This record gives sequence, structure tokens and C-alpha cells, in this order.
Amino acid sequence: MRLFSKERPEIPIVHHLKEDGTEWTIKEKLWLGLSVPEYKKQFFRNPINWLMIFIFAVGVPLILQRYIFGLGSVTHASNDYPWGLFLGFGLFGMVPLSASGFMLGTTVELFGRKDFHAIERLALLNGLLGYFFAVVFLEVDLGMPWRLPYPMFVSLGPAAVLFLVAWHVATYLSVQIAEVLPAFFEWIGWLKGKRIIRKWVLGLTVAGIILSTLHQGALGALFTYAPAKVHPLWLSVNFQWIHFFCSSIFAGLSMVIIASTLIKNFMGWRCDDEFKDNLDYITIGLAKGASYAMITYLVIKIVAVAHDQEWSYLLTGWGSYYMLELGAGVVLPMLMFAIGARNQWVTLIRFGAFIAALGIIWNRLNTALVAYNWQLYQEIPHWKEVWITITIYSLYFLTYRFIVYRLPIVYGWQGEK
Amino acid sequence: MKKLLSRRNFLKGGLAATASATVLKNKDCQASGDFDGYPDSMGVLVDLTRCVGCRSCEAACNKEQDLPEPAKPFDDFSVFDEIHHGQKRRTDETRYTVVNRYDVPELDHPLFRKFQCNHCAEPACLTSCFVNAYTKTPEGAVIYNSKVCVGCRTCMIACPFYVPTFKYSSAFDPKIMKCIFCYDTRLKEGKAPACVEACPQEALTFGKRKDVLKMGKQRIRETPGKYVDHIYGEHEVGGTAWMYLSSVPFDKVGFDTHVPKEPILNSVKDFLAIVPMVLTIWPGLFIGFHLLATRKDKIKEMEKEKNKKNDEKEEQV
Repeated sequence: MRLFSKERPEIPIVHHLKEDGTEWTIKEKLWLGLSVPEYKKQFFRNPINWLMIFIFAVGVPLILQRYIFGLGSVTHASNDYPWGLFLGFGLFGMVPLSASGFMLGTTVELFGRKDFHAIERLALLNGLLGYFFAVVFLEVDLGMPWRLPYPMFVSLGPAAVLFLVAWHVATYLSVQIAEVLPAFFEWIGWLKGKRIIRKWVLGLTVAGIILSTLHQGALGALFTYAPAKVHPLWLSVNFQWIHFFCSSIFAGLSMVIIASTLIKNFMGWRCDDEFKDNLDYITIGLAKGASYAMITYLVIKIVAVAHDQEWSYLLTGWGSYYMLELGAGVVLPMLMFAIGARNQWVTLIRFGAFIAALGIIWNRLNTALVAYNWQLYQEIPHWKEVWITITIYSLYFLTYRFIVYRLPIVYGWQGEK
Repeated sequence: MKKLLSRRNFLKGGLAATASATVLKNKDCQASGDFDGYPDSMGVLVDLTRCVGCRSCEAACNKEQDLPEPAKPFDDFSVFDEIHHGQKRRTDETRYTVVNRYDVPELDHPLFRKFQCNHCAEPACLTSCFVNAYTKTPEGAVIYNSKVCVGCRTCMIACPFYVPTFKYSSAFDPKIMKCIFCYDTRLKEGKAPACVEACPQEALTFGKRKDVLKMGKQRIRETPGKYVDHIYGEHEVGGTAWMYLSSVPFDKVGFDTHVPKEPILNSVKDFLAIVPMVLTIWPGLFIGFHLLATRKDKIKEMEKEKNKKNDEKEEQV
């Protein structure tokens, strides 16, 4: 893109009107204002796209195999480990990393911190896409994906934790779509829609907090169904929901830092000055918030160990692994955030965010796979399962990039607002 | 006078109605709080000391439930040596019950343990299912409706005995496969399940749960030293329809002795209790935070308006 933005002042598109005063059509906006050969040229110049082509070339046939020959053809079809990577990573890992939407929505709209405004839309989009792709992962994993609406409309089991997850993820997905729609309305130039949503924004934000508290917690509570299967250090019957909820706070914030870092470095042409100039300040603020959430999380983790009298487990091999997870995945990034925020070292914070996000994914994989059935044996996922997981994640990446390239997420729309 | 009387009658009637409603409601509440199973539900007592590992029950189950023919015939006893992931054989989509051999050092002969769904009084599979695919019938069976199942496999996570298995091999008609106590073909009519009927050793005894439980206790009492003083399944996960007697501690013959002594649902209740709290408290709380956080902006706005008005007044003067 850099190639064209130098030669052609009207690119990237930030306005309904072209230089000569005529309007961009939606089709032109979709092609980023480039001609098809120009678009192809920039697409194939990008090495990331070649990597994507390689992943999809193997991954798409594998996904077809899964839908034609069943889950057993791409996984180990384990009856001992009914949930594998699709849920362990795709659902339990993606959802906490998508807590950014409600976190920044709350900060800006509810607490009135307008100084975080420049990143709000990115956080909302990050939330929306994370949830949407968690559902996509679910659709890969479910035995009968065509029955997704059953718990809503056909056969209801309201006393089950998963019922809460289903309803809350579905309603929250709608809330997040509504929260991201204003960017879309600006882009297509339908301002009435934007005004309607503007009126509802406080209600939507509060709904977001309620639904997020409950379903982030509910994902943790799902494991309380297996009190005899998950290793006691990774399962606290009383506090599991708080562990999952509290860790989702810094997971979501870290993910926003990661996304904004990548966008700033690899998509600079798309950012406006408000985004670029405020990003360091915002990143420091996010890191401060995240480090508070992390210390809270650590304390509740210790409370859980004390409550269940699990100190002796800490001296076993599992205990060392547990402390490694907390040390490398939470304490280290927490210190990086705290030191970075105090000394204004933004780069340290950005590295910390990568570690924190990996730490959360690690924690969820530990709970769902590694420490699950700790008394039986370890399940190592089938390579096809791993590849499909990477393929769906790549689709998530492409969708994310597609939207940030076009909609006013990291830039302000110049036309009428 | 007439009016007064009618009013008194009205009050009386109202009181009576309130009282009866309270009493009736109380009764309902108690019933849902302390449900310990259907009173006349059936059960099976498995006596491990009697089982000789002939696998007749496996064969009978296979036939009754129309399951595919196994790779090795049912009189092939080399299956007892099969080990997968360090584990002995388990149930799967082709078999609802398996018998495993356990060599216990203290004994001069091996012990055999039959494994199938234990048909809990308050089943974890049922309580974790978000589409109500499971039913605990008054006869004691835990049955499953594949018509509404979504295939999320939470029941497999929740079952403390690793019983429900999934038909992974099918893309278009996958479902949960597990022992249903021969509900459709036998239990409904009061008949014993196929495996019990096939047992040549009377290792399996079918009857009302409370009766077979009594019988188990009687066996422990009458033959001192033969059994460990515990019936597995009497209290495990809130009580199961299938219960076991053993001559050696249960953890030596493949039983998980760490399962809770109360229904699995109890460990989930902590979370379920906070749901209505969050739903009702959060909106008020966070709107309150919003009003607090934005109060300075409000004050500024009001002052601005005041100044405007004052300016206008001055101009008029």
C-alpha cells in the first residue's frame, strides 16, 4: 500500500469524495481505490499473503475432510479428551483475548475517559472478531453444527452452564455488532443508523459488562463439572469463574496492545495522526490497568490454593509447572507492564503484552488439555487438528486485516459524521 | 352487618388460600432441594468376587443394542491384555460395556470388573446438558435423545466415570453412545437388562435399588472378611443405580475413589448462584459509576448554561 499512497494522494480513502469531487462507489472502496491489477500487485508483494496461501492450501481440504468424514478423521477421536484444540484454543483461548471490547467500551463510554477514544473502535472490533471466530471454532468442533440454534429455540436446558455461555455469547455478539456498526455506517455514508446506535450506546455498554462478566466466568465454571478430572491446582470449584473473568481483563487489554502495535508497524498508511500520536500514551494506560488486573488475579489464585489446602501440590512436578505458568505467563509480563508504565518504556510494554496473551492461552490450554485427566495420560493433538486450528486462525487474521484496511477503525472518517 | 360478614369471609378465605399456598409451595421447594432419586427406581448390584471374566455380558449387550461385531470374538480373552495410553479397555461407540481383568498382588487369582453407565440418581451428563438431551426415568435409567443433541460433548467432560462416548466416525449422524440400561427393550417392561440376564455366575443382581443395596449390606455383614466394608455407588456422586461389592480396596480394581460423595452439580452451584446477582446488581452499579465518573462534565455544562443566561440578562439590562 505504501507504494501507491505516495503516488496517489487520494489513497488511502478517508472521504466519500474523490479529488475531482465525484463520490467513491462502494465497489471502489472495497478495492481500496485501486484498480484490480494494482490490487493484485500489492497483494502478491506481501510475504504474509504467501504464507496464508500455503496454510489454506492444506487447511481447506482438511476442513472439508472434517465435514465429509467426521471429526474422527481429523482428530484422535478421543473419548477421554472430548475437547481438543478447537475448543481449548479456539473457544477458551479466543474469548478472554476478546474481552477488549467491553473493557474499552466501559473505559470510554461509561467512565468517560475520552483520552482512550482513539483505540476504542479497535478494541470493539477486536472483541467482535474474537467472539465471532470463537463461534466459528465451535462450529468446527460441534458434532452437529447445523443444530447451533437448538439451545436457543428448540430444546432448552436452562440449568446448564453451557446454556448461559450460548445465550450470552449470542447476545453479546449482537451487542458488539451494534457497537462496531457506526464505523460501517460512516464508511457507507448512512448517518441515520449511526445516530440511532449513539442513543443506545450506554445501554449497550452496560449490557456488555453484564454479559462479559457472566460468560467469561461461565467458561471457567464449565470445568467445575469435572472436579475429579482437572488437576486441583487448575481447578478451584469456588473461584474458577473469578479466575477466568479476572484473567480475561488483562488478556483483553494485552490483545489490544498487540493489535495496535502490529497495525502501527505494518499498516502505518492506514492510521491517522490521532491514532499514531496517542498510541504510546494509551498503551501506557492500558498496561497500568492490566498490571492491576494481574496482581488481583495472582492474589485470587493464591486464595484458591489456600482455600482448598493445596500447598502440598506446589511441591510436586505439577506444582512446578503451575508456578512456571504463573511466573512466566503472569508475573513476568506484570512486571514488564509496571516497569514500562512507570518509566514510559512503551517497547517493554509491547513485548509484555505478547507474553501476557501467550500466558493466557497457555493457562486455558493447561486447564482444558494438559491438567485435564492428569491422572490418566496426556493427549497430543493430531497434526490435522493443529493445522485446522491454524487455518481458522488465519481466516480470523485475514478478516481482521480486511476490515482494518477499509472501515474507519484506526482513522477518523473525514466526510460528514 | 351483611357487609361486615362478607368481608370477614373474604378475609378468612384469603388467609386460608395464602396459608395453603405457602404450605404447598414449601413442599415443592423441599422436593426440589433434597431429591434423592425416584423411590422405586431399579438398580444392579455387581459382586466382583463372583465375576469370572467370561464376557457373556459384553456379548449380550452387543446383540441387544445392535452394535457392530467386534474385531476379536467375545470368547477371545487376550483382550484383557490390551493397553491403550497406559489404560485398560474402555467403552466406545462400538461397545457399551467392557470387562477388565485386574491382577491384585494379595490375591492368588485375578479380579474382573464390569464397566458401563452407572445410571446416577442425579446424573452429571443430564445436569450439564444445555439442550436437555438426557432424561432420568422413574425406572432408574439415564437415557439420551439424539434428536436434540448438538454434539458439544460437555456430558463427556462432566461424567465422572468417563461413560458417554461419541460417534466420531460419523459426519452426518454423530451421537452420544452409552449404556441405556436396556430401557427401550427391557427396563420399561420391568425386565432385567440383557447383561444381567446373561451372567452365568449371578455376579449381577437386578432389583429395586433400595433392595439390592440392602442385599449388598447383608452380604458384607454375613460373610465377614470377604468384602471391604463399602458399597461403591451407594454415595459416590450422590448415589448410582449400579453398585459394586469388592474383596479388595476399590482403587485396586480400576474404580476412581476420588469422585465426590455428592452430585457433580453441587460443585457448579457456586457459579449458578452468582448469575442472578450479576444480572440484577450490575446495571444499577455501573450506571451509578457512570454518573459518578461524568459528574464533573455535568457540572461544567450547568455552569456554562448559567453563565450564558447571566450574559443574556446583562445584555438585556
